[in-house]
Amino acid sequence: MLLLILKRIGLGLITLFIVSLITFVGVEVLPGDACTTYLEREAYGAALDACIKRLGLDVPAYERYLDWASNVIRGDFGYSLSGEMPINEVLGPRVKNSLVLASVSILIGIPLAIVLGIITALWRDKLPDIMISTITIFSMTIPEFISATLLILIVAIWLGWLPGIVIIPSDATFYELLSNIILPVVAISMIMTAHMARMVRSSVIQVMASDYVQMAILKGVPYWKMVFKHVLPNALLPAINVVALTIAWLLGGVVVTEVVFNYPGLGRLVIESISNRDLPVVQALAIILASIYVGINLIADLMTLMLNPRLKSLQIRK
Amino acid sequence: MESNLITENKQKNKLEKAFEILKTMASKPSGLIGLTIVLFHVVLALISPYIAPYDYKAISPNTMLLAPSAEHWFGTDSLGRDVFTRTILGGRTALTVTFFGSLIALLWGGLLGIFCGLVGGKIDDVVMRVVDAFLSIPWILAMLLIVSLLGTSTEVLIPALGFFYGKGIVRVARAATHDVIAKDFIISARARGHSNLSIIWNEIIPNVRDAILVEGAMRWSWMLLGFSSLSFLGFGVSPPTPDWGLMISNARGLMSFAYWSVIAPIVGLSSLIIGINLTADAFAKALGIDRSTKAPV
Repeated sequence: MLLLILKRIGLGLITLFIVSLITFVGVEVLPGDACTTYLEREAYGAALDACIKRLGLDVPAYERYLDWASNVIRGDFGYSLSGEMPINEVLGPRVKNSLVLASVSILIGIPLAIVLGIITALWRDKLPDIMISTITIFSMTIPEFISATLLILIVAIWLGWLPGIVIIPSDATFYELLSNIILPVVAISMIMTAHMARMVRSSVIQVMASDYVQMAILKGVPYWKMVFKHVLPNALLPAINVVALTIAWLLGGVVVTEVVFNYPGLGRLVIESISNRDLPVVQALAIILASIYVGINLIADLMTLMLNPRLKSLQIRK
Repeated sequence: MESNLITENKQKNKLEKAFEILKTMASKPSGLIGLTIVLFHVVLALISPYIAPYDYKAISPNTMLLAPSAEHWFGTDSLGRDVFTRTILGGRTALTVTFFGSLIALLWGGLLGIFCGLVGGKIDDVVMRVVDAFLSIPWILAMLLIVSLLGTSTEVLIPALGFFYGKGIVRVARAATHDVIAKDFIISARARGHSNLSIIWNEIIPNVRDAILVEGAMRWSWMLLGFSSLSFLGFGVSPPTPDWGLMISNARGLMSFAYWSVIAPIVGLSSLIIGINLTADAFAKALGIDRSTKAPV
């Protein structure tokens, strides 16, 4: 078991290593380097030389990679080009803001998804299922920027209930953030809930058709006791992995949502740093976002392993 | 003579099979709705340059932000351009980019997947590690990086989207190949002394085609979502190309009094994405492939 966990962690680390190589090589191979892309038309003569010196671009690429990688492992991402400040200082408040947004959305989204998934599965092909399923299909297929724009149009402009686009400083306190994240949270959790509810639905339907549930019905186990004791524990287990993948996939959607609502999180930093051609920040963001993705997947894998006795014994036999 | 007859029969069978699949897809209301929407968008995209009432890039200060009327069915935008013209031409842009992008994704993803599944071993391990690594970079970051370094034009976007969305197809093609590789007909083909290429072309592709096509259909809708998100963020096609994402992002600031210029592209894009999704679902069901337990990666 311990060996298996270590193996999974090892695979995750290899993936991260490849991601760092891809971003580094990608930046290296593509035309121009950090200095020419950053200085654009002023990239000649003394300014270019100074920039190359400052960023250490005159040493070979593999040395720079090793240097950069060893610094990243120690938690130092270097300097941002446009802000002329340590990337860690740029990232700190952004990470906090994005975490607030993501965790509130997840706290609302997951329970809602489980409830909706169970309802749609138990009343399969009846009116509640048809209604909820139609809504979930709509909200999971429509792009984030459309649902966010519609939310602003309807709730903020036509109904006037909430401020639409707010200007939040990136160092806003937790309470300042909370009052301003209602619409972004709705936009994000809408899509997340839809994906997960569909997942829970098909999982519950599968378990309901299984032999042991049929057996429980034949034995005369009361309906709701059967649902909560026999069906749900077995149905929610396989959903964990997909929930993790959905959350990780949403990292991309969060970028768009943050831009629409002008929310100062990691997502908007992605857009800002790419617009400013701030390649060190882009590299740092790629590694951070990929680590989140790998981390979430790892946790999901381990959770399924720990919660599923069958899988555990299977793996040990292997 | 006889062999001619056989090939003729084969072709007829293929057409009949395609027709059968279409019939199965249309037999359910969701599939029928999806097919109708996609067909409508495709036809509109084909004829839009001939029926567009105005020039899509004609700027005019006299017609700024007009409400919908008989002359301008969907009103005009902040530069005085006809929203109806730009909306129907926007569908053409979206369908062209994503169609060719999906084609590229299907080709390289499918072939690499089949190759990996066939050869296995070390090469397979290395390729799958790299694919996994690519999967763990958020799509938006990777796309933004490619586009910002190579520039924004359809010539860059189509291969970039095709490359990026093909990596998921590699996995599906590989898994499907693994399913058939140990079957008797492959072993007998090997025993007959067929080359690897001939086995891939004659034995494996016909058997993994369905799974790859279904995956490609799903990728198509995600690619459309990704493409329009890029345009919305200002990293997709450049103005004045008529594009839905771009139109929405331009009209967003003024939507408190000119909501029509944002509603039209929203309806266009949402309906096309929903249509493609319903069609892809129906397609998967008609081919007997279950997609309900797949995560959106």
